[in-house]
Amino acid sequence: MSAEDLLAWRPQEELKDLPKDGPPSPSDDEAGSDGERKHWKLLEAISSLGGKGRWKLAERSEAGMHASEFSVGSAGKLALADLLQAAEPASSLATVKRQLKRVQVKTLALPASKEEVARVQREAAFHQSSQALSKWEPIVLKARQAEQLVFPLQKEPAASAPLEHMLRGWTAKTPLEREVFHTLHQHRQPVRDPLLTPVERAARQAMSLEEARTRRAALQRARALQSYYEAKARQAKKIKSKKHRRVVKKGKAQKALGERGPLPEGSAPSALEELDRRETARVMERMGLKHQSRGKRARALAIRTRYEPKARQARQDQLARNKELMQKHQAPDSEEEEEGGLLAPDVDQAQTDPTGSNPWMLRRPTSESREARIPKGPDLLPEPAALEDSASEQESPGADKDTWGKESEERQPLQERWEPSQDAEPVGPQARRDTSHQEVVSEVRALSQKLSKRGRPSRKKPEASSLGAVLPTQSSESMQTKVELGRENYPPDMELPRPVSGGPRAERIPEDQQPGVPRKQRKEPIIDIQNLLTASPPPGTPWAPEELEGDGERGQRQVIMEAFAGDDVIQDFLKEKRAVVEESQPKAVDLTLPGWGEWGGVGLQPRAKKRCRFLVPSPAGPPRKDGNRPNVIISETRNSSMAAHQVHVLPPPFSHPQQFERTIQVPVGATWNTPRAFQKLTTPKVVTKPGHIIKPIRAEDAGCRSSSRSDLSVVQRAPNWLSTQHRRNTDRAALRP
Amino acid sequence: METAPEPGGDVPPKKSKLRVQRKQPTLSSCPQAQDPFPGPAPVPAEAAGKFRRINKSKQLPHAKAQTRSRPHAKAQTRSRLEVAEAEEEETSLRAARSALLLAEEPGFLEGEDGEDTAKVRQADIVEAVDIASAAKHFDLNLRQFGPYRLSYSRTGRHLAFGGRRGHVAALDWVTKKLMCEINVMEAVRDIRFLHSEALLAVAQNRWLHIYDNQGIELHCIRRCDRVTRLEFLPFHFLLATASETGFLTYLDVSVGKIVTALNARAGRLDVMTQNPYNAVIHLGHSNGTVSLWSPALKEPLAKILCHRGGVRAVAVDSSGTYMATSGLDHQLKVFDLRGTFQPLSAQTLPQGAGHLAFSQRGLLAAGMSDVVNIWAGQGKGSLPSLQQPYLTHRLSGQVHGLQFCPFEDVLGVGHSGGITSMLVPGAAEPNFDGLESNPYRSRKQRQEWEVKALLEKVPAELICLDPRALAEVDVATLEQQKKERIERLGYDPEAKAPFQPKPKQKGRSSTASLLKRRKKVLDEEHRDKVRQSLQQQQKQKKAKPEGARPSALDRFVR
Repeated sequence: MSAEDLLAWRPQEELKDLPKDGPPSPSDDEAGSDGERKHWKLLEAISSLGGKGRWKLAERSEAGMHASEFSVGSAGKLALADLLQAAEPASSLATVKRQLKRVQVKTLALPASKEEVARVQREAAFHQSSQALSKWEPIVLKARQAEQLVFPLQKEPAASAPLEHMLRGWTAKTPLEREVFHTLHQHRQPVRDPLLTPVERAARQAMSLEEARTRRAALQRARALQSYYEAKARQAKKIKSKKHRRVVKKGKAQKALGERGPLPEGSAPSALEELDRRETARVMERMGLKHQSRGKRARALAIRTRYEPKARQARQDQLARNKELMQKHQAPDSEEEEEGGLLAPDVDQAQTDPTGSNPWMLRRPTSESREARIPKGPDLLPEPAALEDSASEQESPGADKDTWGKESEERQPLQERWEPSQDAEPVGPQARRDTSHQEVVSEVRALSQKLSKRGRPSRKKPEASSLGAVLPTQSSESMQTKVELGRENYPPDMELPRPVSGGPRAERIPEDQQPGVPRKQRKEPIIDIQNLLTASPPPGTPWAPEELEGDGERGQRQVIMEAFAGDDVIQDFLKEKRAVVEESQPKAVDLTLPGWGEWGGVGLQPRAKKRCRFLVPSPAGPPRKDGNRPNVIISETRNSSMAAHQVHVLPPPFSHPQQFERTIQVPVGATWNTPRAFQKLTTPKVVTKPGHIIKPIRAEDAGCRSSSRSDLSVVQRAPNWLSTQHRRNTDRAALRP
Repeated sequence: METAPEPGGDVPPKKSKLRVQRKQPTLSSCPQAQDPFPGPAPVPAEAAGKFRRINKSKQLPHAKAQTRSRPHAKAQTRSRLEVAEAEEEETSLRAARSALLLAEEPGFLEGEDGEDTAKVRQADIVEAVDIASAAKHFDLNLRQFGPYRLSYSRTGRHLAFGGRRGHVAALDWVTKKLMCEINVMEAVRDIRFLHSEALLAVAQNRWLHIYDNQGIELHCIRRCDRVTRLEFLPFHFLLATASETGFLTYLDVSVGKIVTALNARAGRLDVMTQNPYNAVIHLGHSNGTVSLWSPALKEPLAKILCHRGGVRAVAVDSSGTYMATSGLDHQLKVFDLRGTFQPLSAQTLPQGAGHLAFSQRGLLAAGMSDVVNIWAGQGKGSLPSLQQPYLTHRLSGQVHGLQFCPFEDVLGVGHSGGITSMLVPGAAEPNFDGLESNPYRSRKQRQEWEVKALLEKVPAELICLDPRALAEVDVATLEQQKKERIERLGYDPEAKAPFQPKPKQKGRSSTASLLKRRKKVLDEEHRDKVRQSLQQQQKQKKAKPEGARPSALDRFVR
């Protein structure tokens, strides 16, 4: 240790000793002399003279037993026991020293610096918040790619305040209101809050949702059944079938009988009367012919006839009687039919009738007679049926349109007559009457055709026929007569009226209607009215238009033109084209100076090769559009007025005009698109609801609930920094279209 | 017998509807039930292709590599193009599906085996068709006022005709209701309806007159004098007049101004027609050429040499694909107008056709003195085959005017004996656009359409050979502006950034290695350029025909 070191050391030692001396025992303090204190003050004053107000802590440069606790540094490892060294060695401290040596003291890590702490916090916050924000990425992406965004995102619930709230501050004032409230009170109806009667409230509480559902379903079912039965009853009411009616009637009667129950007791007059009535009813029933073959007895009889001749005889007798009865029955039937009587023929009879297997067929006479009136091709005419309708015979054969209507009406009772045999007949007479005469006619036609083909007996509904389908029934004869009539009306040289103004109608003959008749045959008999009208000769071959007298001169001229005009025209055109092409070609620049090559005198032409040296050829332009087509000149002039309407700026993402052109080639207007396509092409990118505040997106709106919590935690940890950053991010997410 | 249905008693539609409704829930409730045809009905590619609008024939250059200003330009461009194509796809599919709504079908005339349809007379057709169609065939016997020109209105409902000797009449030809009938006391050269049936342009001996449907003279346009032919361009509201003086004049009828008067420099003009596809006017000249004109240019857009003799008649079909011409050389030719202008078929007619007309569905009618021949192709918009005529008809006089009626299978023929309305099955488009040209429109509807049409009027400058040129970028101006910008800024902002080698570690980023890498990339680019230019040169060589071998004496050729 050098002298300066010692000098530097000395006061420190004293300083160090002083507090050790001072504080440990107050008794010392009391006993301490004033001299020492004075000496200390003096030393203080001397040291303050040194210029520095503060003491300098000495640096420990070497290991030593004495270490100041004020200058504990990181230079060496400090043993705690050293610090316990007192001014005078005390034996009592040795044990403590030993104990302390035994104690394993962990050294704490250095506390990190402020900047470091801040950096670590920042990093952690960034990591967490970026994680939290990364959940928004798909939403942001979706929003960017979406074709349309609708704002505000939050669906506002329909703001409907309950009625009770609306009624709270309201009292009945007018007499009407008062009366209403009075009535409500009388019937114990709730006036306010809530609008349910106590019973209803109880029911509502009592019934669970499931129960309510089942109950509702049951009610619905009951309602459906009711409506179904109603419909059924309505339909049943409309049934026209007599058989059905009879069955119903019988059923009712039986029911009534059942209700009436057994005969009244005793021989009261009422009981006798009742008995009588029943007997009469039974006799009436048995008198009918319907039990002749179906009854129990009749069937037994039929079996017995095989073995018993007597029974056979009885049966035959009965059959004969039956026949007799039937004949008697039939004779007045036709007469009654004429009168339009409505006597129903027996059902059994109708079924046994060999010709009348289908009652519809029995209407044939009417239709046939009609067809007979309008003569047809022989192959199409069906055989006249056995039965003749006298009513239609009475009509004149030259009857016109009106007869069709008449007949359709007249057919009506006939059909009604036959209806008992047809079970289901939903069409009423009114509807039948309403059928247009076209339908009737087409029906008849289809029927007769089917008959001629001898197809199945079942009727098939013909296709909806138009006027055109009707007309072909008219024969060529009738057409001829009509044409003749037309001729009588108009002199031959005068023009007949046009077809549209009621002239002879043109006919459309569908091929499928008359497959057997070839086209030519149909055409020939009909007189060509148009030919009559235009009076033009039939055209010759299409290739030879007639040379007219006046045209001769012109023809001559054409021949001359043809003979002389050929090559001249071509040459002219080629010359013109050459001129145009040359004009459009870029010119070479001539760099010759005046006087060049004129050494020998004025007027000498320098050689071409030498001249070429001074010609600067300009770059060849783009190839001409008509380059290899000698017969065309296509102008290469730029249409500058058109260019004014064209786009001449390339919008940002595109680098080539072709790319941009592709995006504007699809027309957007409604004229070129279907309405839906137009709508789709013109949808706005962002739709905002007017009058609504557009709030930034929330996690609930986007559908990620969990992210909100982590967001919050991050915000709490680093509030200052995050508040700005987060806001920026969420704003971007919300507003980015 | 009981099961047989009544003729009138069909199952009412209501009932069947109910049944369908009942069925549906059972289908949906059953878990196994699946729609056998899921999704919308498929549309044949051909049908949808008709409505495609993006021109894919143009080569699309690769998107440029990213520039400094727009790092994602490439991806963005790709997505924009994809969106545009998806839109096109969808709209075309929708349009193809909506074709289902076009309920009407075109008529046709088919001969039985071996039968020539050309032999079928008008009378036969009239007899075969329904009454309403038969009424469309008629003759107007007007022998006093000379050969007639005629014009149908755009809806096909009205007919106007003018006789050489001054007779002008307009009528609703379907109902035969006469609108007006006047005599202008002057030779009538041509007649044409303007945008609606309310206005009528008549080319008279001296000037062009415009009448209304009452026959009242509204205008006399003296700047259009000695007009021989009239054409009206409906979408541009332009009346094109060709005059004896050799001028083609465009008159804007919506504002009453003459747009341009072009001198064709080819003498008297009396053959004119319009191309309905692009509104270009075709003029036929006596030197056998047909010139195509637009009001935007002072020179013809194209000039085609068609015939050895003068051109007598020109007609262009509705799709703008075919042009039929007939000349003094008695030839009838059909040209392809889709850029090539080459003849597709030709036929020598005995006397040549003086008048030609195309129908909406591509039938070609030719008037040869007093006979009208009609040729048909295979389907709609196909080339009419000139081998065999589809129909022929002889008239009572020389043909002077021909026009197919729009939306009706009718050909109107004006001749020296009056007017004949012929039935031509399959001539017209069966489905009309009710908002565009509705034959049954009321007065109010017409007025509304008129306003709409005026609002959508196409400027006259847009007439050019390719009507879709409006959807193109004006490249010349674009280049010019780009050049100016570069000059102004002193550098190209859109230029590709020069290659900058990335710094690397462990001593590989020495100056020498950086230079080497830069050089490598530059060389590669250079090689690419050379390769491309070589390929071009080879192409050019191939294109050149191998002529005769050069001889030593060629050097003396001057």
